[in-house]
Amino acid sequence: MKARVTVTLKSGILDPQGKAIEGALKSLGISGIASVRQGKVFDIDIEGADHAGAEAALRNAAEKLLANTVIENYRVEISR
Amino acid sequence: MRSALLIFPGINRERDMARALRLVSGREPIMVWHADTALPPGTELVVIPGGFSYGDYLRCGAIAARAPIMDAVRAFAAKGGLVLGVCNGFQIACEAGLLPGVLMRNAQLRFICRDVYLRVERSDTPFTCGYNAGQVIRVPVAHGEGNYIADGETIARLEGEGRVLFRYSSPDGMIDPDWNHNGAMNAIAGIVNERGNVLGLMPHPEDHVEAALGCTDGRALFAGLVDHFRSAA
Repeated sequence: MKARVTVTLKSGILDPQGKAIEGALKSLGISGIASVRQGKVFDIDIEGADHAGAEAALRNAAEKLLANTVIENYRVEISR
Repeated sequence: MRSALLIFPGINRERDMARALRLVSGREPIMVWHADTALPPGTELVVIPGGFSYGDYLRCGAIAARAPIMDAVRAFAAKGGLVLGVCNGFQIACEAGLLPGVLMRNAQLRFICRDVYLRVERSDTPFTCGYNAGQVIRVPVAHGEGNYIADGETIARLEGEGRVLFRYSSPDGMIDPDWNHNGAMNAIAGIVNERGNVLGLMPHPEDHVEAALGCTDGRALFAGLVDHFRSAA
């Protein structure tokens, strides 16, 4: 199974990298962009076909390592 | 003072730290590999030095914080053992749950490598007993992610419990945004945990312990620790 964990900064956390990207996009003349927040994507291959087990393992992985839950939220998606 | 110095792949300030510990305490620190599961018997101080553990992959300090040796460090700290994390060591201590908050990218997005001034907020801790409260010291910083943040409740607790030991200041001790190089909340440069036995500090006191290097303002942090253990013995 293929899985994806997406980690994003919580709202209210200052994201200077997102701000810099936002400025660069504006300087490229790409219009209509109100704001940019930068995050991380982890594409993960899962052994076996236990959907519920995989979801639990990925949540554990996100809580223990992939995200710092002081400043970040995460989302787990598993494709069937 | 029996110190243990943790070594992770990508750490590069362990020799400077070892030299400072040796010069000030007269005793060679023991280097401890990240994959070890126990600290040397009789360890009094654990030091997590600076550098770029695991290339700062994922988040600064995130992978080192999950290394096997960190379980032993958490157990050591839980029993009241003193832990000093400098620069990447501060980031590792936060990621390991030894200290609250996070060190984010510097507000100006630049790596900063220069001397800064720090106001020592208290002198009644093992880490600061070599200084006077309110004293201003000059030590170098070298980091890209030193911008300390925490939620409002945590900041209020840190301040209310007097757990901010070092703040970025002007040379005469004024707290001013112009002297807060990385944008840290409340100009925080160094904090201790609730029990006061784990210090995280972004600047490098170990770089300013010898007159030949132009400044000895960092020496009193180590000398104070030596005195702390001597008076406890």
